[in-house]
Amino acid sequence: MTTAPSATATERLEVRADSDVVRVRQLVRTVAQQARLSLVDQTKLVTAASELARNTLVYGGGGEVEVELVADGRRSGVRAVFSDEGPGIADLDLALTDGWTSGNGLGLGLSGSRRLVEQFSIDTAPGAGTRVEIVTWSR
Amino acid sequence: MSDAVPILKIGSTLLVSIQVDLQDDTALQLQEDLAERITRTGARGVVIDISGLEIVDSFIGRMLASVAAISRVLDAQTVVVGMRPAVAITMVELGLSLGGVRTALDVERGLAMLAPAHESAESVLLAAAAERESR
Repeated sequence: MTTAPSATATERLEVRADSDVVRVRQLVRTVAQQARLSLVDQTKLVTAASELARNTLVYGGGGEVEVELVADGRRSGVRAVFSDEGPGIADLDLALTDGWTSGNGLGLGLSGSRRLVEQFSIDTAPGAGTRVEIVTWSR
Repeated sequence: MSDAVPILKIGSTLLVSIQVDLQDDTALQLQEDLAERITRTGARGVVIDISGLEIVDSFIGRMLASVAAISRVLDAQTVVVGMRPAVAITMVELGLSLGGVRTALDVERGLAMLAPAHESAESVLLAAAAERESR
C-alpha cells in the first residue's frame, strides 16, 4: 500500500440494534490502532463513538456510521461520521449542554463526546436528520 | 440479545467479572439479575470486575451507579474493581464521576474492602464485651 493521503477505503456500518453499537466500537478501535493513536486517545475516541452511535440508534431511529483512516501528510487519524434521518435537533445549544437530555439518558452523549475528540462538527435541523463528524489525529 | 454475564457467589459476596464488550441490553439484564440474586441469596456485598472493559461510556457508567444504588437499598454494598487507567481518564473527561460508587484497584482489594465491614463491627463488640468483663 502507498501512503497517499486518505487513500484507505471507508468502512460503513448500519446502526439498527444494540449489537450494532458494539460493532461500531470495534471498528473504530481497529482503525484507531491503524492510525497509531495512543491508548488513551483510542479509548476516548471509541467512547465518543459509542455515545454517538447510541444517539443515532435511540434518538435518530437508526442510521449509519462511516469510519475512515485519514492522513494529512504528517499525521494519521480517524474520521467517523454518524448520520440518521431522524427528527433532528431543534435547539443545538441546549442539546450540547451537559446534563440536558430529551430522553432518559444522562445528557452526556453529545456534550461529553465533544470533549473526547479533537474535531467535532454537527449538522442538523428539525425534520432533516442529524450528521455528526468527529476526527482525532495521532500526536 | 447476547449472552448473560455470569454471577458467582463466594460466601456472602456476589462476584461479577465482565469479560465481554457489553451491549446495552446485556448491561440492563445484568442489573436485574444482580438485584434478583442479592434478594434471593441475602448477599451483603457485590464486586464488579471491569478489568475486561475497554471503555465505560455513559450507559455502562449509569448501570454501575444503578447497581450500587439498588444493592444499597437491598442492604448490600457494591465495589467496582479493575478499571483500566485509560478508561478512568476518559470517563472523567466524559463527565462521569461514578459518585456513590465505591472502587478498588483489583478483586482482592475489593473483597478485602467488603469483608472488614462485618468483621470490624464484630471485633468492636467483642472488645467492648471483654472490657466489661475485666471490670
